[in-house]
Parts: sequence; structure tokens; C-alpha cells
Amino acid sequence: MVSENKIGVYICHCGHNIAGVVDVEEVADYAKKLGNVAVTRDYMYMCSEQGRNLIKQDIRQLGINKVVVAACSPRLHEQTFQGVLKESGLNPYLLQIANLREQCSWMHEPGPLVTEKAKRLVSGAIKRVSNHVPTVPQEMPVFPATLVIGGGIAGIQAALEIASSRHIVYLVEREPSIGGHMAQFDKTFPTLDCSACILTPKASEVANNPYIRMLTYSEVVDVSGFAGNFTVKIKRKARYVSEGKCIGCGICQEKCPWTTSSEFDAGLGLRKAIYTPFPQAIPNVPVISPEHCAYFLKGKCRACEKFCEPKAIDFEQQDLYIDLQVGFIIVATGFDVLDPSAMTQYGYGRLPNVFTSMEFERLCSPSGPTGGTIKLADGRQPQSMAIIHCVGSRDKNYNAYCSRVCCMHALKYSHLFKEKTKGDVYQIYIDMRCFGKAYEEFYERVQGEGVTFIRGKAAKVNKSDSADDGEKLIVSCEDTLLGSMVNLPVDMVVLCVALEPRKDTDQLAKLLHLGRSRDGFFLERHPKLDPVSTMSEGIFLAGCCQGPKDIPDSVTQASAAAARALAMIAKGKIDVGAVTASVNENICSGCKVCNALCPYGAIFFDESSKVSRINQVLCKGCNVCGSTCPSGAITTQNFSVSQIMAEIEGVLQYERI
Amino acid sequence: MSEFEPKIVAFLCNWCSYAGADLAGTSRMKCSPNVVSIRLMCSGGLEPAFILKAFKEGADGVLVCGCNLGDCHYVDGNYKTLRRMALLKKMLAQMGIEDERIRLQWVCASCGDDYVEAVDKMTAEIRKLGPLQLRAQLKN
Repeated sequence: MVSENKIGVYICHCGHNIAGVVDVEEVADYAKKLGNVAVTRDYMYMCSEQGRNLIKQDIRQLGINKVVVAACSPRLHEQTFQGVLKESGLNPYLLQIANLREQCSWMHEPGPLVTEKAKRLVSGAIKRVSNHVPTVPQEMPVFPATLVIGGGIAGIQAALEIASSRHIVYLVEREPSIGGHMAQFDKTFPTLDCSACILTPKASEVANNPYIRMLTYSEVVDVSGFAGNFTVKIKRKARYVSEGKCIGCGICQEKCPWTTSSEFDAGLGLRKAIYTPFPQAIPNVPVISPEHCAYFLKGKCRACEKFCEPKAIDFEQQDLYIDLQVGFIIVATGFDVLDPSAMTQYGYGRLPNVFTSMEFERLCSPSGPTGGTIKLADGRQPQSMAIIHCVGSRDKNYNAYCSRVCCMHALKYSHLFKEKTKGDVYQIYIDMRCFGKAYEEFYERVQGEGVTFIRGKAAKVNKSDSADDGEKLIVSCEDTLLGSMVNLPVDMVVLCVALEPRKDTDQLAKLLHLGRSRDGFFLERHPKLDPVSTMSEGIFLAGCCQGPKDIPDSVTQASAAAARALAMIAKGKIDVGAVTASVNENICSGCKVCNALCPYGAIFFDESSKVSRINQVLCKGCNVCGSTCPSGAITTQNFSVSQIMAEIEGVLQYERI
Repeated sequence: MSEFEPKIVAFLCNWCSYAGADLAGTSRMKCSPNVVSIRLMCSGGLEPAFILKAFKEGADGVLVCGCNLGDCHYVDGNYKTLRRMALLKKMLAQMGIEDERIRLQWVCASCGDDYVEAVDKMTAEIRKLGPLQLRAQLKN
């Protein structure tokens, strides 16, 4: 079998990128002498049409049946050259790339050792490809429904996109209403559109779309299966209000005698024990929070029930679990805002007039606790405000990353404060990052409105001890442009707190087998070329769960995620990866060591034949099982033991020729 | 006899380390050319036999790279590597293979500098140590 190998070796100059450092002709001469090599060619740009034709021609005319391309990283052009083999009628997996550019010529100063390394790499690739066997990735049918987790603007957008193609979408939201953080905002930068006015029409479109099944006050508790065929278990938390009967009249909320602080108003306002988070909630069906309801706590009250005409209140309601079958999952779970209480220097929680950005949003909102009038904790109108940027962002003690939206919402707050109070605004910033469309222009506009910008980091916020200052706060910071310390007496302080991963990101990551990047957000497949998919086939990311984003970016990513799901639905079938492991049943001793090690639960034990088997669709080809199997019964195709062993021989046997 | 040039094989996982090493090249970070890499899907899929094979075939050192702990693309493959390497090192020590000849280094996809540093450090250490003696001893 090995003697039948006719290997073609194609060495790319990549202009001067490779040939400027590596002696390409010498490598080609060397490769010619290696076993099974039928032809060796070098060319200026192997990935060009002409370069690819060289390979095609040799396959056709010389009967080349294995190909080594020594060029750039396989991460860049492996697919390109696999395509060449495919077009020439060869199985695309009879190819091996030797990385002569990224990990050779670009990495070293010129010298004979670099050419030697290139020869080693080529020799390794030749040895490896001799052991390659044709691989045909499996195809599986897909279930044409999609689950969207999270009903913020990203989830809403993704759901609407998919529904517009008349495919079923399940939109799961754990809060009583969809809308997410965007529903809490007053205005959106830089256009100062009313957030509710652009969000609520979309939200009601979700509620009325026949292809969208909205599951609010619900959570994903279990996911099994694989791309194209997931089974998802959803917990529908008891609302104690029948969604079918409630007409949304609101009388229950009016009559409920029990209040607690409103999560939607960031703790600044009050809500009842039976409540909708905000008046425009979708669905407009309240929930009872048992931890605040007198009936659940003390066993009496039931005022809501008495006044509810359609008899929608149901204290006997239980949590309900439902199973859904979906082909694809879009994760749009958003973000949490940092709680700045731990940063005692800023006085949040100690000084009542220090607010977070989310609290300020609610203070500005006409549907907020103050009816849209900016008020201090004691009800006075402030005359001056300091906005402290980067609270918990770009700070190694908290989050190293930039939260991306704070500069812009700080500018928006400045504008709104000026508009509503005519007072003074100080912005204490590290760098102004106004990168989006029309953002810089908005920055200029706010500068023109008389806002004071101080470049530096705020050190502390304290209560003024001078009688002249009244109830003022003193913000101490260094003005790095003036090179001096500044003490600003202001009425209120807004902390631009960081956008952080959801507290329970880890749970969902485990449920969906998603990776997380260093910052804690969900990890995309590729940071530049594939920021929408994940390493789990069929699961896509949208919005801030992948990293801090503004609304346009969240919406864009959501549309992209929907397009990805739809592309696979349209195709109707899904390719299952070509790198998967399988068990040789004649060798497997049935010890089950591999069973528990598989991170995807792809290995199961077949009781009838007493051997382990691997589900090819679930397997991602990491070879953790293969490297653990004491019998050597598991082979991961395209990364098999014989292939890697041959490559090791190849890269080390250079001197022996 | 020319100066001893160490031969080192690096096993890189596809998602973080191989991408990190590529990034080092793309960023034109320079390191010594003594290390030749072999791509695996996951460091957790590295069979200990590969390392023994490399020593047998003439390697003076073996570098194993994986994603940072917690960042594994296969959830926790690198924890499996970590445990396995601890055992393997003990075994190699019994065979007379010095500790410096096998090195585990986490290299994330954006950490080309970590890769370059590990390559240079290991090359320098093994240059000092000299060629692997075990093979010569076995031949005698």
C-alpha cells in the first residue's frame, strides 16, 4: 500500500516571504530524494490560480495521489488546497501542509539552520501524508427549528430574522418580559433615539409573529444532542398568573399591598409583589414573586385574586418542564453590570449621591422612578455632576478590557444632564474612545455644549467637609494634561461601570460545551474571521455574551448568527467533522476509561457487545480518549497514531539521508 | 565538529498554541530555529508514546504546548495534559532523561511572545545540557 504512494511536493516562495529566508531550491532538491516523492515543484505563489493549476496538472498527468504543500500555515490555506485535490478528483484529506512561513521564515533570522528546519518540516509532511487515507465526512439531516437564549435586543433581532424565513424559533427569556437592558435605557447614543420607541415595536413583532414561540420567565436547564438535532429542556417558572387568561388590565398590581425594590429600576424605584417589570412589558402578563408575596410568606392576602376579573391568578401553578427539539442554538444572554461597592474609594453604597450608569439611565427615563427628572437621593435637583469613566474596565484589578460603550453613554449622560438641569458636567476619562459611526461627531457636539473633560483617573469620592459646599461630594483626580491634582465639588457622581460576563456564564458554558475567553465572555471560533460561531457546532453567539458591544454591533452579530443558522437550515444537511475518533471493536477491552473523559459525552458503552462506541456527530476529534486508551483501540482520523509517529520520524530523520 | 545544535520537537494544540505560534510568526517575533512543531488537535490528545518516540528518533528535547488552563477548546483537555505530564516526567527521570528536556508551556492564541520565549529558553537550556545521552548509552 505504501509503495503505491505517488507524492507531489509543492513548495511556495510566497514572493520573498519564504524564499527570502529559506533556500527554496535546496529544500526542493532535498525533497526529491525522499521516498515516494514523484515530483517536486517550487513556485512564486502556490495559492494563485497558476500555482493551483500546477498541482492539478500533476494529479492529472503524473497520477499524483498524495500532495504536500509547503507554504503558509494550514490555518490559512488548508481548505484552499483541499479544494484543489477535490476538483482534481482526489480525496481532500490526502493533503498535508508544511508551515514554512508563519512558523519558519517569518519566525527566524536567515541562516542555514532555517533552511534545515524547512527541510525537516517538509520531510515530516511527506512521511505523514504517506499514512493519510481518504476520509468522507458524514452528513446528517437537520431539524429546522432554532432556539434563541436571551430576549434582549440581540435575541429579539436573531429571532425576527429567522422567523422572517418562516422557520420556527423558540425565544427563551428568564425575566418576565423580553427587552433586556435596552428596555431600561432612556435614549440611545449617538442619535438620541428614544430607546423604548425603537425597541418596543420590535418586541411586539416578536409577540405577534406566528413563527416565534416566546417563552418568558423560563430557563434552559438541559441540552443534549448535537448540531442539527438538539433536545433542550426548558423550565417554565411558575408565574402564578395564567398567560392564557390574563388580559393585562393591571388591576392586580394596583391592588397588591406589598412592595419591594424594582430590579428594572436598578433598585431606585419600587414594584409590587405581583408585577410586570415595566409598563410596556411583553408579554403584558404579570408574575408573582413568592419571596415578596404575603400569601406565600404568611398564608393570607390574595388581594390580586379577589380583584382579577378574568380569574387569571393561580396560586397552585407549578414549575413546568418542556422538551424542545431544535437544530441550532443562538446564545444571546447579554451581560451583567459591575457592582462598584467593592471599590470603596468611589463611595458607592456609602454616599447616596453616587450612582451607577444603569441607575442614571433609570433617573433619566420618563418611565423611571423620578418620571425622567434627574433628582438626588433627597429629592433636590443637582446642579453639577461628575462622570467617572472606566470603573472596573481597563483596570487590572477588575477587568483588563475596555467595555466599549461607556465613553459614548457618558457623552449621552452629559448631554441629557445639560438638557434637563443646565448644570455643570465633568467627565473624568482615561481615553475617549468614540469609534463608531457618527460617534466622533457626537463627541464634538457634546464638547460644544460646555462639558468639561478632565483626562485622568479619579482617585476618590468623599463628602465635602466644608460648610460652604453644602451637601456636595468632592471628586479628587489627577488631571494628567495639567499635571496637577484637582478637587471637584459636585452634587452627584455617575460611575461608568464595566460590562461583565453574566454571573452564571459558567453554568451555561458547561451546558452547551462552550469555551470562555480570558475575560470570561463566551469564546468565539475565531476572533477575526468567525466571531459568530463557537467551537460547538450549531451553536452561535450574538451580542454582549461574547464581549461588550453597543446596540448596532449586537444587532449586526445577531443577524449574522441568524444567517448562519438559516444557511444550515437551507442546506438541510450538516457535515460532521472529518477529524473524529472511532473505536476498533476487536481491540477494545471494554474498560470504559475513555467514557468519562470525553468532554462532549460522545462515548457510550454498548452493553450488548461490551465495547465502547463513539457517536461521530458529537465527537470533536480532540483525541483525549485515544491518548488514554490502554489498548490503543481508538483512532482519531487525520490525527492517527501512525500519522503522527510518521511525522515525528520525518522531522527528526533529516541527517540520515 | 561544529557546535551542538539541539533538536527539539514541539507538540502544539490546534486552537491556542498552534495559533499562538503562527501569531509569533505573523508578528515577526524571532526565535531560534531549533524547534520544529507538530500540530495536534488538543494537548490532551498527546499520547505519551509520541514523546518517547521523539526522544527515540533523535530529539534532544520535547516542548508541549496547550491552551491556558480554563481556555481549552475541548473544555478541559489541558488539565488532562497537566496530570499526564507530571506522571510522564517521573518516568522519564527514571530513564535518565533530565527534567529540562521536557517542558509544558501554555500558549494562548494571542500569546506569540510566550511561545517565542519558551522556544528560546528551552533551546538555551538544552544547548547547555548537550545531546541526549540515553540513545548513545543504549547503543553501547
